[in-house]
Amino acid sequence: MRRLPANLMIGGVLVALVVGFAALSLVWTPHPEGVLNIRGKFAPPSATYWLGTDQLGRDLVTQLMAGARNSMTVALIAVLLGGSIGTFLGLLASAIGGWIEDLVMRIADISFAFPTLLFAIMLAAVLGPSLQNAVLAIAFINIPVFARVSRAAANQIWTREYVFAARAAGMGRFAISRDHILPNIAAPVIVQATIEFAVAILAEAALSYLGLGAQPPASSWGRMLSEAQTLMYLAPQLAIWPGLCIVTAVLGFGLLGDGLRDVTDPRLARQR
Amino acid sequence: MGYFLFRRTIGFVLTLLTVSVVVFAVMNILPGDPALTILGLDASDEALAALRDQLGLNEPLVSRYFSWIWNALQGDFGRSHSFRVPVADLITERLPMTVSLAVAGMAMTLLVALPAGILAASQHRKPADWGVMFLSQLGIAVPAFWLSILLVIVFAVKLRWLPPGHFPGWGDPVAAIRALILPTVALGLVQSSVLARVTRSSALEVMRLDFVRTARASGLSRRRVLWRHVLPNALVPIVTIVGMQFAALVTGTIVIENVFSLPGLGRLIFQSISNRDLPTVQALVMLFAAIVVTANFIVDLLYVLIDPRLKART
Repeated sequence: MRRLPANLMIGGVLVALVVGFAALSLVWTPHPEGVLNIRGKFAPPSATYWLGTDQLGRDLVTQLMAGARNSMTVALIAVLLGGSIGTFLGLLASAIGGWIEDLVMRIADISFAFPTLLFAIMLAAVLGPSLQNAVLAIAFINIPVFARVSRAAANQIWTREYVFAARAAGMGRFAISRDHILPNIAAPVIVQATIEFAVAILAEAALSYLGLGAQPPASSWGRMLSEAQTLMYLAPQLAIWPGLCIVTAVLGFGLLGDGLRDVTDPRLARQR
Repeated sequence: MGYFLFRRTIGFVLTLLTVSVVVFAVMNILPGDPALTILGLDASDEALAALRDQLGLNEPLVSRYFSWIWNALQGDFGRSHSFRVPVADLITERLPMTVSLAVAGMAMTLLVALPAGILAASQHRKPADWGVMFLSQLGIAVPAFWLSILLVIVFAVKLRWLPPGHFPGWGDPVAAIRALILPTVALGLVQSSVLARVTRSSALEVMRLDFVRTARASGLSRRRVLWRHVLPNALVPIVTIVGMQFAALVTGTIVIENVFSLPGLGRLIFQSISNRDLPTVQALVMLFAAIVVTANFIVDLLYVLIDPRLKART
């Protein structure tokens, strides 16, 4: 049990750091966003520019903060969207059972054939690359993940005595799903959502790096890295900070998710 | 065994068919006129109509789907608009690059992850274990493209030991291998993080079992017990993850080829997106998805080879 607080706490601190960074950017950044200062390009870290400036003289800290906001927004929308559709489908499959359950689970199996990147590539090829399409692709990939987790959890709850009691009292399947099943599968769904948050941050960064996500002039850690790559010989320092931000965010949500799982499901924790 | 094979094969074929329907539907039902994207906004109506006719866009969707599948089964994926050659030729030309990278990446993953996982398990709750766990936790969070950029900055820009990208072709094997080192390391290190953790926990489970103690008690060395008795019995979860990682590896090659400008299928898919070359994108997405599905199918079959007990349950 002594290991449990460690990943939860480290994860919590990292997440608070990144979320705080993103929230702060809504009200304050060291310099106004998107302001160019060509003369001051590639400035070294100083009292004015804490981490220096990029090839267009933009303040690096300001860009990183805007990137944090972008990253959190994308992950939040994608996980909420995919998570609620997936959880709904999982609950539905579990409530109805029979061939509907089989069908939903078969479709979930098949959608695992499409890694996020492949789905984003298809959307970008047909609709053009944009941040919205990247969000859609990430959300879509989350649907089968949540459908599986919520169905497995719901199937366990359906065998509980209080559910039998509710059925005996004449409650319908959907009312039971809403009032009894959903609140009781919240823990595994929230744990999964935290882990998927980390996956979504990584996916957004990769898609934006490849040009399939955030488009200029929007700030995104992934885009900052793709710009930094073209300047490797000139200003290698630009490639350090956005990457560290991604690692901090992904590590934070990953550890937090593991920690939450250990706390909510001690049986799993003992196995590890 | 015959019945099991039969059922799995039917499932595999059905999955492939469904995947092809999804790919076709996304690429053809979503709004957007391929003729307009190819010719541009100021094309004349006659030219657009002629191109739609040539592309078969006036045919009903269902018959277009079946002719796409029928032709694809015979190795005909249509013509690329931008390269003006059959898509199949583009694929055969670039496949060796992607396969070399994927195989090297998988080999690197196994070479790093299995020893690291076994080491961590055998040193359970000692510094080596913590080290492996810490590094693998970090490795999961590091994006492969960032690791690639850092490797290039250190080994190509600063130290000038290795080329920063591009592929000279296998005509010059030494240069080809040198060009593949950084991409392989970037692909393999990130992948091996997950596998090392699974190997560790799976090995820990097995090490608690009685037969391991018996093997040790009968005088076998620690190393021999680990590699001959623990690892083979820990393989089932490891193989599952390797199968699932194949999807990540395939996606990984797409990213890595773009970071290092390697002329493989992943680079081709991005060139095709910028050129609005839909037939090529459609063929490549289908190919990548088929690779993932096939990998999962092979894993299913491998289970039974590794652990015949599973057959009874399927």
